[in-house]
Amino acid sequence: MAWRVVISLKKGITDPRGKSLKDKIGKFLNIKVEDISVNDVFTIDSKLTKTEVELIAKEPFCDPIIQEYKINPELPEDFKYFLEVGFLPGVTDNVGKTAKQSIETLLGKKLPQEDNVYTSQLYCFKGNISKEDVQRIANELLYNQLIQQYHIYSTKDKPSIFIPKVSIKQKPQVVTFNLYELSDEELIKLSKDRLLALNLEELKAIQSFYRKKDFQTKRKQLGLTDEITDVELEAIAQTWSEHCKHKIFNATILYEDENGNKEIIKSLFKTYIKASTEKIRKKRKDDFLVSVFVDNAGVITFNKDWNVVFKVETHNSPSALDPYGGALTGIVGVNRDVLGTGIGAKLIFNTDVFCFANPFYQEKLPPRILHPQRIYDGVVTGVEHGGNKSGIPTINGSIVFDNRYLGKPLVYCGTGGIMPKVINGKKSHEKFINDGDLIVMVGGRIGKDGIHGATFSSEELHEGSPATAVQIGDPITQKKMADFLYKARDLGLYTAITDNGAGGLSSSVGEMSQLSGGCEIELDKAPLKYTGLNPWEILVSESQERMTLAVPTKNIRKFLKLSEKYDVESTVIGKFTKSGYFHVLYNEKTVALLPLDFLHNGLPEMKLTAKFTKSKEPRLILPKIKNYGQMLKDLLSSLNVCSKESVVRRYDHEVQGMSVIKPFVGLKNDGPSDAAVIKPLPESNEGLVISHGICPKFSDYDTYNMAALALDEAIRNAACTGADIGRMACLDNFCWCDPIKSDKNPDGEYKLALLVRANKALYDYTISYGVPCISGKDSMKNDYIMGNLKISIPPTLLFSLIGVIDDVTKTTTMDFKNDGDVIFIAGITKDEIAGSEYCNLLNLKGGKLPEVDAKLNKNIYSKIAKCIRNGLINAAHDCSDGGLAVAISEMAFSGGKGCIIDLSSLPYIGSGREDLMLFSESAGRILFTTSYSNAHKIKQLFKGLPVAQIGKVGYSEYVEIYNGKNIVIKERIDELKYFWQKILKEL
Amino acid sequence: MANCLVLTGFGINCENETLTALKLAGAKHAEIVHISEIISGEKRLKNYQFIVFPGGFLDGDDLGSAKVQVNRFRHSLIDRIKRKLSDELMEFVEKDKLVLGICNGFQFMVKLGIIPMINNNGFQQTATLTFNDSNRFEDRWVYLKVNQNSPCIFTNGISQLYLPVRHGEGKFVTSTKVLSEINKLNLYCLQYADEDGEPTMDYPLNPNGSMFSIAGISDKTGRLFGLMPHPEAFVFKTNHPNWTRQEIGEPDGLKIFKNAINYLK
Repeated sequence: MAWRVVISLKKGITDPRGKSLKDKIGKFLNIKVEDISVNDVFTIDSKLTKTEVELIAKEPFCDPIIQEYKINPELPEDFKYFLEVGFLPGVTDNVGKTAKQSIETLLGKKLPQEDNVYTSQLYCFKGNISKEDVQRIANELLYNQLIQQYHIYSTKDKPSIFIPKVSIKQKPQVVTFNLYELSDEELIKLSKDRLLALNLEELKAIQSFYRKKDFQTKRKQLGLTDEITDVELEAIAQTWSEHCKHKIFNATILYEDENGNKEIIKSLFKTYIKASTEKIRKKRKDDFLVSVFVDNAGVITFNKDWNVVFKVETHNSPSALDPYGGALTGIVGVNRDVLGTGIGAKLIFNTDVFCFANPFYQEKLPPRILHPQRIYDGVVTGVEHGGNKSGIPTINGSIVFDNRYLGKPLVYCGTGGIMPKVINGKKSHEKFINDGDLIVMVGGRIGKDGIHGATFSSEELHEGSPATAVQIGDPITQKKMADFLYKARDLGLYTAITDNGAGGLSSSVGEMSQLSGGCEIELDKAPLKYTGLNPWEILVSESQERMTLAVPTKNIRKFLKLSEKYDVESTVIGKFTKSGYFHVLYNEKTVALLPLDFLHNGLPEMKLTAKFTKSKEPRLILPKIKNYGQMLKDLLSSLNVCSKESVVRRYDHEVQGMSVIKPFVGLKNDGPSDAAVIKPLPESNEGLVISHGICPKFSDYDTYNMAALALDEAIRNAACTGADIGRMACLDNFCWCDPIKSDKNPDGEYKLALLVRANKALYDYTISYGVPCISGKDSMKNDYIMGNLKISIPPTLLFSLIGVIDDVTKTTTMDFKNDGDVIFIAGITKDEIAGSEYCNLLNLKGGKLPEVDAKLNKNIYSKIAKCIRNGLINAAHDCSDGGLAVAISEMAFSGGKGCIIDLSSLPYIGSGREDLMLFSESAGRILFTTSYSNAHKIKQLFKGLPVAQIGKVGYSEYVEIYNGKNIVIKERIDELKYFWQKILKEL
Repeated sequence: MANCLVLTGFGINCENETLTALKLAGAKHAEIVHISEIISGEKRLKNYQFIVFPGGFLDGDDLGSAKVQVNRFRHSLIDRIKRKLSDELMEFVEKDKLVLGICNGFQFMVKLGIIPMINNNGFQQTATLTFNDSNRFEDRWVYLKVNQNSPCIFTNGISQLYLPVRHGEGKFVTSTKVLSEINKLNLYCLQYADEDGEPTMDYPLNPNGSMFSIAGISDKTGRLFGLMPHPEAFVFKTNHPNWTRQEIGEPDGLKIFKNAINYLK
């Protein structure tokens, strides 16, 4: 029988979990609950004696100071309703797993694999509430149908023990399909039914390949028929998925611009992203770029002995279904990318950028869409656990709000790593595999979780989106694995490594096989979470915390011994060969045989057309604003400008002890810094600057400008800390709405044109700034289609930037420092107001879009950064969202000092409207301060550039903005700070 | 010369910067040791004079912070000598040696019963660290008042500290009886304070709602010390949030490690 152990707080001990839940219920559901007590339930499904269970409950499960335990108890008294939420079978239960391990330690014996501990939460409610209320609390706050189950009890009821044990009746089997007999319709149906996300052309390519005689004879030799096995079909679908092959970025595109000029683009990726990097690489003579676009992440030079690695991933679709699991998996997933770059880098920082709908969204929600507030909360918690528990600081990020992210939130997770240039005499950024080296799977076990993640994320979110695509990561299993891998790496025990992410073993082994020229996988050797998985499921499962390594046979004993010592499971699941085949066996029978060449290069090239039409925006008519001060406060408290401190504080941004410039700076540590600075090596002051730029709000006008502005913002943010443009590199992460024309997507050609234009800008501006892309990722199907409702995200491009600096002590922050300091602005302010926060606030479309003058900006940024390094500049701040007025206010309240500004000395071209001077979002502008004594020097240094003194710091509690004689704005800094902080404070 | 051990493994994640702090403080022999090396018996605690239990998320804090590590120390046997880890540790603390627990390491020390250890009858848990009143993990810098009457050798000669806290379970809770003992014996070395150094219960100055604003405690000898804030996170001037605004003196975190190393000289 199973034991049910309930842990509750002793009388008189406050229950923070209960209290914050109570507040949430009040705030978001308007349900008044008198009191909530949260109990932890452990269901031990194992034959143990009462005495053993007593011991377990008393020691590891219960904290004797504040908690008490009950074994197989009734429901507690004096509560009205009870809600118990537990997992569905097969969903990762980290606490349950840890509980089982601690039982084994306590009793000094191993429990059978099928015995498990399952955890659930028992929420006990007091007060005048109905069963329906509890139902709502479950559905809208506590329970997610994709991963959880729940029971509601009232006082009299007996609690039912639920044991979400996976039991699969059917025996593992391999199904085959005779492709020749299938009509086009049947082929498409096959793809849909099995969630293969293959199009007809691709299916036909497979069909005809299976007609090849030599291939058929080879198959016969190994006991296969001419029919394709489900293992082969799934392997091809995974390898050919948009997610893994980036078909759209590699497609041949016929592009027509707004004037009808046509051109043919052979692969956006090669033509713009790769080409620009190559061009920049040729120009520079140094070894700054070490490894780009060939591995899981980009690698650049940090100093003569060390390289740094950077990668940013998106995890949008899973986060839409299960925000917590999706985001958690996103962050630990990108960690593995860096861990799997070269022969493995040590993880030193995370970044995160989210795009959400308004968390205070009021209207009715479409089916299968979670409330934005719940997405927000789940994603933030997921990244918090993923980063904090892994001991990796989250040092940079932002949140962008737009209600078109309702259908699919965007979750960008980034990770940086560091590794010695040379390890054991070999270049650390290179992998080697020889014929006969062993395929070793390291880390977690395989279950049904995450099956079809690769193919499913290559589709829009629809009725049939599979629950199995949801996974929950386990940071600690991965931390143990990382600790082990660093050790094994330095001992030279393996020669190649990559992560198991999308596509699982199929992807990781499939890619690695190219290094040796083939592989032989024995699926029955792979450790499973539970029995009954079909071979194809084992191959494509995306169960977390797994890496695939190539280990020479001579090292295997040492490798496995070390692995055991670190409590990490490692299993030999086959060997690499030079057969030329992706060869998969199950119980010694061949279940898949695919020529590597066909698997990786057999994919028919996609041909697409793109057509751009400049949308005719209505002429912008701006209202007369009476009170600019009020407008400034409204802007400061708008979602895209306001403080995100309540989120950022939940991330450990200082673990590893490298922190130099933190996310929040200034007198009270609450001012928004432009970029993060860290010092990765204790013995050296050399550092890294991490920043980003993202501005989808401009995509509605022109994605060319949008892309240019995003890159410009990333570079500007880094320059504000003193970073040198000559040692910056960036990552491009495109998140687009479906750019392929179809009946359900009539404007596909236009959306593709937007993608083309963004890429053209990427090419033009990375080159003119000399800042190359070193890695990137795209996610192309960020749409929601349910019945005839369709929500598409605005085209969104994130540039993440990494810069190398010689001396972290020669950087600065954005907060005003000293009374009397002189305030300068660099860059020209124009009436570029389209897409600005100002217009969004007034709900106005149209106007002129900001444009980027890279030549001028590069010159200005370089000079400012140099002045910072030379100690001439006391504070520098990027001027973007909300314009000049917002940036000035941020500098003032962050430094706890007021200022006086005169707009009449602003480098400005335009109509002369004060609101445009204050709120325009022209690119290329940086506000900075210098001491009175250095002001003259600055003027000399910037002679001939649009750089002007516009005011001075301090001697007051006010931000005072004049236009010549007349006062335009006069507001107390503490008041401005209040408005900037209030909106998301409680969330 | 003092031999220092920094424990790692199974979720500990501040071992490297803790080692750096020890070296900067003048430790000649300091090494990071994996818990599995202790369990296997390759490394023996008795060969060290100073053990640091660094911060982290031991076993994910899945059963409550550091609970699984406590369970591990109480019940796993050292392979080669078939002896309980906790006995090995008890033998260590009885000698004139030092133990420092930071954040997760502090939670471990308190829950195993290494501190406050008011009655000298072995490891017995008499206090705990639980969920912050805010019910949130938070990373923020706090002012700390040092109890001038405390026997703690780590805080010797220090009156105030400014350090980051990074935890979700830092609220110090114990019985009124134990608390009064802690008071009487001055075992509360550190209290969350306001900018003027006055102990406070106000959030966020007191980030978790700890009883009596307690941020760190020691045993009666002052050799065994644990705290929630992270001294190893402030050993370089540039770690200070305001280093771009003001002159920074000797980093506060370093002072704590120097006290320890000097004591062992």
